[in-house]
Amino acid sequence: MLGKGVVGGGGGTKAPKPSFVSYVRPEEIHTNEKEVTEKEVTLHLLPGEQLLCEASTVLKCVQEDSCQRGIYGRLVCTDFKIAFLGDDESALDNDETQFKNKVIGENDITLHCVDQIYGVFDEKKKTLFGQLKKYPEKLIIHCKDLRVFHFCLRYTKEEEVKRIVSGIIHHTQAPKLLKRLFLFSYATAAQNHTATDPKNHAVMFDTLQDWCWELERTKGNMKYKAVSVNEGYKVCERLPAYFVVPTPLPEEDVPRFHGHGIPIWCWSCHSGCAFKMSALPKEQDDGVLQIQKNFLDGIYKTIHRPPYEIVKTEDLSSNFLSLQEIQTAYSKFKQLFLIDNSTEFWDTDIKWFFPAESSSWLDIIRRCLKKAIEIIECLEAQNMNVLLLEENASDLCCLVSSLVQVMMDPHCRTRFGFQSLVQKEWIVGGHCFLDRCNHLRQSDKEEVPVFLLFLDCVWQLVHQHPPAFEFTETYLTVLSDSLYIPIFSTFFFNSPHQKDTNMGREGQGAQSKPLNLLTVWDWSVQFEPKAQTLLKNPLYVEKPKLDKGQRKGTHFKHQRQLSLPLTQSKSSPKRGFFREETDHLIKNLLGKRISKLINSSEELQDNFREFYDSWRSKPPNYHGLLLPHIEGPEIKVWAQRYLRWIPEAQILGGGRVATLSKLLETMEEVQRLQEKIEERHHSQEALQAEAASLLRTSARLSSLFPFALLQRHSSKPVLPTSGWKALGDEEDLAKREDEFVDLGDV
Amino acid sequence: MASAPTSKYNSHSLENESFKRTSRDGVNREIGEALPRLPGETRITDKEVIYICPFNGPIKGRVYITNYRLYLRSLETDSALILDVPLGVISRIEKMGGATSRGENSYGLDITCKDMRNLRFALKQEGHSRRDMFEILTRYAFPLAHSLPIFAFLNEEKFDVDGWMVYNPVEEYRRQVLSWIHPENKTVIMRCSQPLVGMSGKRNKDDEKYLDVIRETNRQVNKLTIYDARPNVNAVANKATGGGYESDDAYHNAELFFLDIHNIHVMRESLKKVKDIVYPNVEESHWLSSLESTHWLEHIKLVLTGAIQVADRVSSGKSSVVVHCSDGWDRTAQLTSLAMLMLDSYYRSIEGFEILVQKEWISFGHKFASRIGHGDKNHADADRSPIFLQFVDCVWQMSKQFPTAFEFNERFLIIILDHLYSCRFGTFLYNCESAREKQKVTERTVSLWSLINSNKDKFKNPFYTKEINRVLYPVASMRHLELWVNYYIRWNPRIKQQQPNPVEQRYMELLALRDEYIKRLEELQLANSPKLSDPSTSPSSPSQMMPHVQTHF
Repeated sequence: MLGKGVVGGGGGTKAPKPSFVSYVRPEEIHTNEKEVTEKEVTLHLLPGEQLLCEASTVLKCVQEDSCQRGIYGRLVCTDFKIAFLGDDESALDNDETQFKNKVIGENDITLHCVDQIYGVFDEKKKTLFGQLKKYPEKLIIHCKDLRVFHFCLRYTKEEEVKRIVSGIIHHTQAPKLLKRLFLFSYATAAQNHTATDPKNHAVMFDTLQDWCWELERTKGNMKYKAVSVNEGYKVCERLPAYFVVPTPLPEEDVPRFHGHGIPIWCWSCHSGCAFKMSALPKEQDDGVLQIQKNFLDGIYKTIHRPPYEIVKTEDLSSNFLSLQEIQTAYSKFKQLFLIDNSTEFWDTDIKWFFPAESSSWLDIIRRCLKKAIEIIECLEAQNMNVLLLEENASDLCCLVSSLVQVMMDPHCRTRFGFQSLVQKEWIVGGHCFLDRCNHLRQSDKEEVPVFLLFLDCVWQLVHQHPPAFEFTETYLTVLSDSLYIPIFSTFFFNSPHQKDTNMGREGQGAQSKPLNLLTVWDWSVQFEPKAQTLLKNPLYVEKPKLDKGQRKGTHFKHQRQLSLPLTQSKSSPKRGFFREETDHLIKNLLGKRISKLINSSEELQDNFREFYDSWRSKPPNYHGLLLPHIEGPEIKVWAQRYLRWIPEAQILGGGRVATLSKLLETMEEVQRLQEKIEERHHSQEALQAEAASLLRTSARLSSLFPFALLQRHSSKPVLPTSGWKALGDEEDLAKREDEFVDLGDV
Repeated sequence: MASAPTSKYNSHSLENESFKRTSRDGVNREIGEALPRLPGETRITDKEVIYICPFNGPIKGRVYITNYRLYLRSLETDSALILDVPLGVISRIEKMGGATSRGENSYGLDITCKDMRNLRFALKQEGHSRRDMFEILTRYAFPLAHSLPIFAFLNEEKFDVDGWMVYNPVEEYRRQVLSWIHPENKTVIMRCSQPLVGMSGKRNKDDEKYLDVIRETNRQVNKLTIYDARPNVNAVANKATGGGYESDDAYHNAELFFLDIHNIHVMRESLKKVKDIVYPNVEESHWLSSLESTHWLEHIKLVLTGAIQVADRVSSGKSSVVVHCSDGWDRTAQLTSLAMLMLDSYYRSIEGFEILVQKEWISFGHKFASRIGHGDKNHADADRSPIFLQFVDCVWQMSKQFPTAFEFNERFLIIILDHLYSCRFGTFLYNCESAREKQKVTERTVSLWSLINSNKDKFKNPFYTKEINRVLYPVASMRHLELWVNYYIRWNPRIKQQQPNPVEQRYMELLALRDEYIKRLEELQLANSPKLSDPSTSPSSPSQMMPHVQTHF
C-alpha cells in the first residue's frame, strides 16, 4: 500500500501572496516506487516507551542537490519521541551514519526537542498550537537541535492526519507534570539494565567526600571546609546537600536566611578563590534590613579577615547580562539556522551578517568571555578573592564561575574534569535545567538557554585553541543535544533536592526501591566505542609530568589530585600559600585593601587591558592559563552545531575536518612505524592500536562531519540563487564603466 | 658588495612591526649594520623622528630612507620596534600640522599606504627636517613623477632560480583568447571584452562569426554559454556608448547570463571602507554589521559565485564558455582564473599558481600599472582598484574552505600581495606585455617568482594532498566567507593570530617523527640484526618525545 500515492492534481495557484511557498510541485516529487516491496519497518521502542498515535502514507520531504525528494513512510508519536519510519533505509548505510546515536535515530525527534510546529494550509505557513479547527496539508517541525522536518500529509487519511497532528501538538506543547516525564517510565522499566557507575565519568559532588577531594585538588582545604549542614535538605532545598564555605564561617549562620547571603566556595587557585552567593531577599522593613546588613557585615568580616585576601564583589544581577537578553538573543539567532529550503538559504545569504549581529548572540558570548577574563585578572594578577553575587546564584553565577575555571584550571579541559565541572557548578550548583529548558512546557518565560550559552563560550575557546582541550567540538555539540533526551537524569531537574525527592531516595513508599537514573556522562549509552573516538581530541597532549619518578597511571582517582593550575605565563614568581601569607597580611594592614577597594572603573579597565595584552603577547601554554580572543572578528558562529543540517552549508572535503583527518592518518602511520621498530628491538607483542577513527573511513568528508547526514552525493556545486542587489549610496559609482574606452576605434 | 649573496635579506621584506621588550646590545650602532640593504639599494638620508604608533603610542626612533625603503628603528631601550616599509606601498604623503601647531607630536607627516595602514611621524618644527623628509620620500616613492627609474630596474639581487622562466608568454591578449580546455570533454573557457552591439543594436559580423567558430569547435554540444560579468542593468546602459551585450537574434545558439559583479570603482570604495573598520582600531561590538556595511565579502561572494557557474558549465554542462565584462581584463580575469583554479588542480600548486597569475593576469593584460599606480603620485586616480587583491582574497577563501587542496600557504599569498606594491620586482609592472617588452622587463628586472621559488619551503602548505582530478567548488555563502584577518588586520598586534598555527605545527612534528622512524627502520633493516642495543636509538625515546601518540589510542 505504500508508494501508491496519487501523484497529481494541479498545485494551487489561486493564492495571490502565499506566505509560504512550497517549492516542490507534486509531480516533481520522485517517489521511490521501485521499493514498494513489503518491507517491514519496525519501530524501535525503548524500555517503558509507548506508542501513542500514528499515521501512514506520510511523505517526508528531503533535500538533495537542491531538488526535493519524498520518502513515504509512517509517522508515529510515542511518549518519548516523534519518529518517521521511512521505507528508504538504504541511505543509512553510508559511512557517515556510523556516528549514529543509539538512542535517537536520524528520523527521531524527542518530544522535548521539538521547538516549534508549523502547518501549511493552502501554501501558507502557520504556527500550530492548541486545538485545531482545520488540519494542515504539511507539517513542519523545527527542533531545538536545529533540525527541520517536513512531513507532507496530502496522501494520508483524514482521520489519521487529525490523530497524529493533534497528538504531536498535545504531547509536545501541553504543560506536563514532572512525574509524567518519560525519565521515570524509562527508569522503572529499565531497572534491570545495569548502569555504569557515574563515578567513572565525573565527580558527582553528591557526597561530602567529593567536595573534600575537590578542595584537596585545588589546595583550598586550608581555608575552606566542606559542610553537611544541609544534609537531607533541612536548611534549604535550593542548595546541595554538601557544599564548601570559608573555615571560620559558623555553620549556624547558614540556616538564618535559608542559605542566602552565604558565600559558597566554587574554586581556589594559588592567588585567590571564587565564591558565589545568592542575594538576600528584598525587604522593605527597616528592622529586617538592619538585621540583614549586620549579618552580611559579619560574613564579609569573616572572609576579609586574614588569611583571606580582599574580596571583590561582582554583582551579576545588576550590571551584567539579563536572562531576558539571553532569551531574546537566542530566539532571534536560532531562526537564522532553521531554514526550510535551499531558496530560503540563498535568499537570506547575502544579507546574513546583519540579522546575525542584531540578534546580539555573538556579542553576548563576547561579554561573557570578557567578564570571565576580568574576574581572572582579579584572581590572578591582583590576588583578590571574587564573590559572584546573583539573585539565586544559579544562572550567570554558574556560567561565569565555570568559564573562569575552564580558562584557569587545565583539569577542566579534560573530559573528566569538564564533566565534573558541569556536575559541580550546574547540576549540583542548582541551575534550573527543568525550567531553563522548559522541559515541562509550563512557562515559556523561564526558558533561557544559559547552559547552551556556556557551551558556546567554551566552543569559542576550543575553536581558538585547538590543542588545549581533551574533548572536541563534536563533544560539545552532542552534549548540547543531550539536553533534550529524557532518559538521562542530568538535565531534567531544577536542583539536587528535586532529583532526590523524585527518585525515591527519601519520603517514598516502601514498595519502590530508589530509581536508578542514567547520567549523560555515560557516553556509551548514546554512542558505540568507535563513534566515541570522535569526542576525543587527537591534538590534545596530556600535561607533561615533570617528575618521572612519580609518574602515575592515568587512573581517574589520580587525576583528581593531579593538576593545580600552573601559571607559567604570569610574570611574578609563583607564590606559595603560606610562606607569603604574612606578606599579605602586612599589605592588607597597610591599606592596600582600601586602595584596591576604591579602584575606579577606569583603572580596572587599564588593569584588564594590561593583563590581557601581556597574556596575549606570549605563546599560549595549553596547560596553564588559557584566555579567549575577544575582538570582533574572533568570535565565530559555532558552525558545526548551527549549520550542520543545512546541506547548502556543507563544504565537501573541506573545513578543519580535512586537516584533522590528515593529522590522524599521519598519527596512525607514526604509531605503526613505532610498533614496527619496537618489534624489531624486542620481539615483544606490539600494542594493538584501536582502529583509529571514523575520520578515515570515507574519502571525502563534509566540513560539518560527523553530522550532515543529508549529504550531497554528486560533486555538483551549490549555486547561490540570489543575485544582484542595489548598493544604495553607491548607485552612481556602480553604473559607471570600469574605465572609459572609446569603442568606436576598436 | 653588489654581488654579495642576497637571500639573507629576504626574510626582512615587509615583516610586521615587531615589538620585543628585550633590549639588544646597544643603541648606537653603525648605520651600515643597522640598515638592511638590497644590492642596488642606496641610502639617501636619515632623520630622528617620533613614530606615532597607533597601538603603543609615540616611540622615538631613527628613520632611514633609501631608494627602496623606509626603515625605522626605535631609539628607546625598552622597545625594539622596527618598521621596514618599501616605498612602493606608499600611496600618499601628507603634511600634518603647520608652523603654528601646538601640542605634542602634531607636526609631521602622515603616510597612507596601499597595504591597509597609515604611518605617522612627528618631526621637529625647526630645521626644515619635515620638508627634507617630505621631498625625499615623494621623490623616491613616486619616481615616475621625477623621471627616476622604478627600483626594480636598480635591484641587483641574484637568485638561484630565474622566475622569468616559469611562464613562456604568448603574444596574445585582449581579444578572444583561449584560457583553458577541459581534458575530457574538450569544452573551453574563453575570454573577451564586450561585443560591439551599440545603441541601435547594430551588429559586428566579425564578433558573431568568431563566437560561431568557438561554438563549432565543441562537437558535443551545439551551444555556447556567454557569461557577462556585469550586472544586467549596466550592460544595458553600455549600449549607449557603443558597447553592450549579445542579443539573442544576433548570436544564435548562445545563452547569455549576467553575473552581477560590480565595477572597479565600487570595489575600490568597498576596500576603503574595510580599512576604515580595521585600521587602526577594530570595531568591537558591532563587528558584523560594520563588516557588512563595507560590502567587501558580498563582492567576494559574487565573484566566487560567478566563477563557480563558469566552472560548473564547463565541467558538467559540457558547453564551451565565453566570459567577458566591459573591458576583459578585470572581472574577466578574476572569473577565468578562479574557474581554472576550481577545475584544474595544476593551478593549485605553487608553480601552477605562478603560471596562472602570469598568464591570466599579467600576460592577458590586467592593467597592473593603472590599478596599482606603481611609482605614480596620483593617489586619487580613478583607474586604481584592488581587483587583483580581490582575486587573491577569493583564492584565500578557497584555501580556507579546502585546507588540503593547495600546495601554497597563506604566506605565499601575502608575499605576492606585498610585492604587488613594493616595486622590488618587475613581475607586476606595466599594463601590458608590449610595454613590458619595450622596457625589457625580463632582462632588466628580477621576477618575484625568483624570490619565492628559491625559498619554496617557506610557502608550502604541509597539509597539501595532490588530487589530480579533483574539481573544487567552494561554498559561496556568507556563512562561510570571512574577512582575511591575517592580511587586512595584520598590523594590529592585538588581532594577530597565532603563528605558527598549532595544528600545523603539530602536523609538522608528526611528519618529522614519521621520517625519523622510517629512517630508523631502514637502518635496522640494513643492519639486519634485530637486537641492536645502541642507547641512542632506544625504543623508549619516541614515546617520550610524543607521549600523545600513545595516549590517544
